[in-house]
Amino acid sequence: MTIDPNLQGRSYPAGETYSVGREAIRDFARAVQATHRAHYDVAAAAALGHADLVAPPTFAIIVAQRADAQLISDPSAGIDFTRVVHADQRFIHHRAIVAGDQLVAELHVDQVRAMGGGAMITTRAEISTVDGVPTATTTSSLLVRGEDQ
Amino acid sequence: MTVLLSTLEVGQQIGTRTLDITRQDLVRYAGASGDLNPIHWNQSFAEGVGLPGVIAHGMFTMGAAVQLVTDWSGDPAAVIDYQTRFTKPVVVRDTTARPGEAGAVVEVTGVVGAIDTERSTARIDLTVTCAGQKVLVKAQAVVKLP
Repeated sequence: MTIDPNLQGRSYPAGETYSVGREAIRDFARAVQATHRAHYDVAAAAALGHADLVAPPTFAIIVAQRADAQLISDPSAGIDFTRVVHADQRFIHHRAIVAGDQLVAELHVDQVRAMGGGAMITTRAEISTVDGVPTATTTSSLLVRGEDQ
Repeated sequence: MTVLLSTLEVGQQIGTRTLDITRQDLVRYAGASGDLNPIHWNQSFAEGVGLPGVIAHGMFTMGAAVQLVTDWSGDPAAVIDYQTRFTKPVVVRDTTARPGEAGAVVEVTGVVGAIDTERSTARIDLTVTCAGQKVLVKAQAVVKLP
């Protein structure tokens, strides 16, 4: 299996809408051992000026990884998902994600670099509400190990 | 509690946190995040792909480490930029026979790395180690503060 060198510059349009629920925020917050009340208690979030429960800073990974899945599962990309290693990750928040948000993500393949027998693929997900309000830009580098690595 | 930018100095430590991690925590993270890769919960699968054992999701460690910053800043939404590189895997031992015992212990320390008064932000540099080795590198959270 080889990575398609023409992958760089490819984009995938927004897929299904991700509806941010309160329980999803609470479950994710518990999972990353977050204790801040604004993740659990609507009144605590409101006291800080938020419309509803605030998602933890890395919550957007749920939406970003769904977008990445479009690329990884695309047979024409040539990516063997069992050989994918997460190399780096960045979240830039344009505004906090809160419960009630309806999010969509457009995926861009920004860079593909050959690494030995494998490749380093950098993807960027532009996450916005369905109304077009930008919420987050996430960037992930995925190392796809070659057969001998 | 609100941290004021004007009270910060570069090099100042904002605090430390210890994360005791069990395999149950990884299963919980897998469910909450939707990342069901078996290397994070299946010993034989992990060993089969050449890993020393079950390893934590990099995103679990990244997500848990930043709680030091959100709690300190007073508002989770203050974190406007957060990045890291994943360098070493966090191997989580099976401790099901010894309830209460951690399968891995991760130490997190945060230090003010830079202050930008024009943008009203501070960069917090996180040092994240497990068994004396850095597991996250260039772990930086930018917080917007009044």
